Amino acid sequence: MWIINWLEKIIENPEEMKKTKKFFLYFGIALVIIDVIIHIPSLHLVHIYFIWDWIPGFSSLYGFISTYLIIVISKWVGHTFLMKPENYYD
Amino acid sequence: MIDLWIHPGFLFFIAAAALPFVKEKWKSIYKMATPVIGFLALLIVSHGNHGVLPLLGQKEMIFGRVDKLSLVFGYVITIATFIGMVFSLHVKNDKEHMAGLIYAGSALGTVFSGDLLTLFLFWEIMAFSSAMLIFYAPWKNAEVIGMRYLYVHIFGGLILLAGIFLYVGTTGEIAFNELPKEGIASMLILAGFLLNAAVPPLSAWLPDAYPEATITGVVFMSAFTTKTAVYVLIRGFSGLELLVPLGVFMALYGVVYAVIENDIRRLLAYHIISQVGYMVAGAGMGSEMAVNGATSHAFAHILYKGLLMMGMSSVMLMTGLRKLTDLGGLYKYMPWTFMFYMVGGFAISGFPFFSGFVSKSMVISAASELHRPWVAMLLTLASAGTFLHTGLKLPYYVFFWKDWDQSKLKAVDPPKNMLWGMGLAAFACTFIGIFPGALYQALPHHSEYHPYTWGHVIGAYQILLLTAVGFFMLLKKLDPEVTISVDTDWTYRKAIKGFTWFINKPIVIYETYIVEAYKKILIEPVKKWSKIGWTIDTWVFDGLVNASGWATLLESKISEMFDMHIIDKSLNKVPVIIGGSAKRLRKIQTGAIQNYIMAMVTGVVVIAIISFIFY
Repeated sequence: MWIINWLEKIIENPEEMKKTKKFFLYFGIALVIIDVIIHIPSLHLVHIYFIWDWIPGFSSLYGFISTYLIIVISKWVGHTFLMKPENYYD
Repeated sequence: MIDLWIHPGFLFFIAAAALPFVKEKWKSIYKMATPVIGFLALLIVSHGNHGVLPLLGQKEMIFGRVDKLSLVFGYVITIATFIGMVFSLHVKNDKEHMAGLIYAGSALGTVFSGDLLTLFLFWEIMAFSSAMLIFYAPWKNAEVIGMRYLYVHIFGGLILLAGIFLYVGTTGEIAFNELPKEGIASMLILAGFLLNAAVPPLSAWLPDAYPEATITGVVFMSAFTTKTAVYVLIRGFSGLELLVPLGVFMALYGVVYAVIENDIRRLLAYHIISQVGYMVAGAGMGSEMAVNGATSHAFAHILYKGLLMMGMSSVMLMTGLRKLTDLGGLYKYMPWTFMFYMVGGFAISGFPFFSGFVSKSMVISAASELHRPWVAMLLTLASAGTFLHTGLKLPYYVFFWKDWDQSKLKAVDPPKNMLWGMGLAAFACTFIGIFPGALYQALPHHSEYHPYTWGHVIGAYQILLLTAVGFFMLLKKLDPEVTISVDTDWTYRKAIKGFTWFINKPIVIYETYIVEAYKKILIEPVKKWSKIGWTIDTWVFDGLVNASGWATLLESKISEMFDMHIIDKSLNKVPVIIGGSAKRLRKIQTGAIQNYIMAMVTGVVVIAIISFIFY
C-alpha cells in the first residue's frame, strides 16, 4: 500500500523526516498567515463572541498551551494519586 | 406516509430468539439483514405515538413515541448494530450475537419509549444483555467484572425505579416528557440517568467493564448504554444547569485518565467519558443549537468510537496483547487496521472533513453563542486532549514507537469481515464529515449551522497542528508505564476488601474475647453450682418430691374450678376484641398501589445494598 510505504520511507530515513518536519512548520506558518488575512475583512461578517476571537493565531497558542497543561497535569495527578502497580486490587 | 409501525426493538428481540434455528449457511445474511430491516422500518414510520398499551386508570404505556429526536437515535443504533454484526460475523458463538441483538433492541426500546415504565423495562434489559457481552469473554476474571458491572447497573436501575415511583406517586403522571428540575423524584431519576451516562463519580463502571468485554462485543458496549443515557437526558432534563459543569468536568476527567492509561481499550473507554461530556454539557445548555450539537455528537460518536474500538480489538485479537508497553511498530504488519483506526482518530479529534468536526464544533459554538467562555474554552482544551491521546498517543505507541519482532509473534490484519466492519464505519465517519447536511437534516431542531467557515477550519487545523507539536516535544514524558489507575470504583473494590478484613481481624478477635469471657463468667460458675445442687438434690429434693405428690392432687382440684369459671368466659370475649382491632387496622390500608410499590421498592433497595456490600 502506498501510504504505508511512504510512511516507512519517512520513518526510516532521517533526511525525509527532516523534510516532513519542515513541511509542517511551513504549514503552521501558513495557517497563521491565512488566519490574519481572513480576520481583517471578515470581522464584520463572523460572530465575535469573545475577546480572543480578535487575536489571529490564538488557536495555535491555545492548542499548544492545552497540550502542555494536559500532559503535565495529568502525569502529575497520575503519579501522585492515581497510578498504582498492576496487582493493586489482588 | 404509510402508518406502519414495526418496533425495531421487538424485531431485534424476535430475530435474536430465532437465531439458533437459522441454518448455518444463512446465518451471516440473517445477522446482517436484521438491522437493515430495522433501519428501513424507521425510514417509513410516521411521527406520533405507536404501540400504545392502555394501563390501569387511564394511563398508557407508549412503546413507540416517534419524533425527530427519537428517530435520529434510532437510525444510528440500527446502523451501529449493522456494523457490529459485520464485525462479528466470524464469531461462532450464537449467544454473543443474541446478546448483541437484545442489547441493541432494548436500546431502541428505551429510545422509543414514551412513558417512564416502558423506559425502565428496556433500561433493565439493556443492563442484563450488555453484561452478557462481558460474561462471554474468554479471560479469567470476566465473570467477576461482569457481576460488578451488573451490580452497579442494578443499583442505578433501582435508584431510577424509586425516582419513577415517587414521581408517578406525587404527580400521577407516567408520560416521559420534560421532567421537573427539582424535587427528590426528579433527582433520583436524574441520578439513574447520570449513572448510565457515566458521569463521575458514577462513571467507574465504564472503564472497569468495557475493556473486558468480548473482542466484538465492545463495539456494542461503546455505542448504546451511554448514548441512550444522553438521549434521556436531552428528553428529560434539557436545560438543567447542573449538567453543564458536570459535562465539562467529564470531558476533562476522561482526558486525564486517558493520558496515564496503559491498556489500549481502557484508554478508549476513558475517552468515551470525555466525549459524552460534550453531549451532557450540550443537553445542559439546552438551546436549540446545543441540543442539536449533543444529538449530532452522539450520532457521530457512536460511529467513530465503534471504529476505534474495532481497531484496538483487532490488535488485541491478532497479537493477544493489550498493553501499550508491550505493543509498537505494527503499522507495517496490520496496515488496514492502522489506516481505518486513523480515520476514526481523525474523526474523533475533529479534523475538518471528518465527522467529529461537524458535531463537536456545534456544541462549542453553542457555548459561544450563549456567551459561556469557560465552557467553550474548557471543551476546546478537552478536544486538544482528544487528539493528543486518541489520534496521537494511542496510534503512536501501538503502530510505531519501536520495531515489531515479526519472528517472535506474527501479526497480520484481522479476518475480512472485521476489516469490512471497520471500513463501513470509516466510510460513515468520512461521509458525515463531507456531507454534514444529511445528518443535520435529521436533527431535532431546524439547523442553520455551517461548520465549514474559514475561521472554523483554520482554527481547527491550528489547534491540531500545535497539539501534535506539543506531543512530539513532550514525547518522553508520555511514554506508557506499567500501572493501573484507581478510579471511584476503589470504594467498592478496595473498601469491600477492607470490610472483609474488618470482619476477619477485629471481629474475630472480639469474638474470642467474648467466648473466653463467657466461659469465665457463665460456664465455670454454673459447673460449680451444679455440684452443690447435686448434693442438695439427693438430700432435700427427694424428700420434697413426696410432699409435692400430695400438693399436685390438691392443685388439680383448684385448677378445675379456675377453668370452668374464668377461662371459658374470657374465650367468649376474644371475637369481640378481634373485630374491634380489625376495624382500626383497615384504616391503615389506603388501597393506593403506589404506596405498596414504594414499600416493595424500599425493601428491594435495602436488599440490593446489602447484597452489594457483601459481594
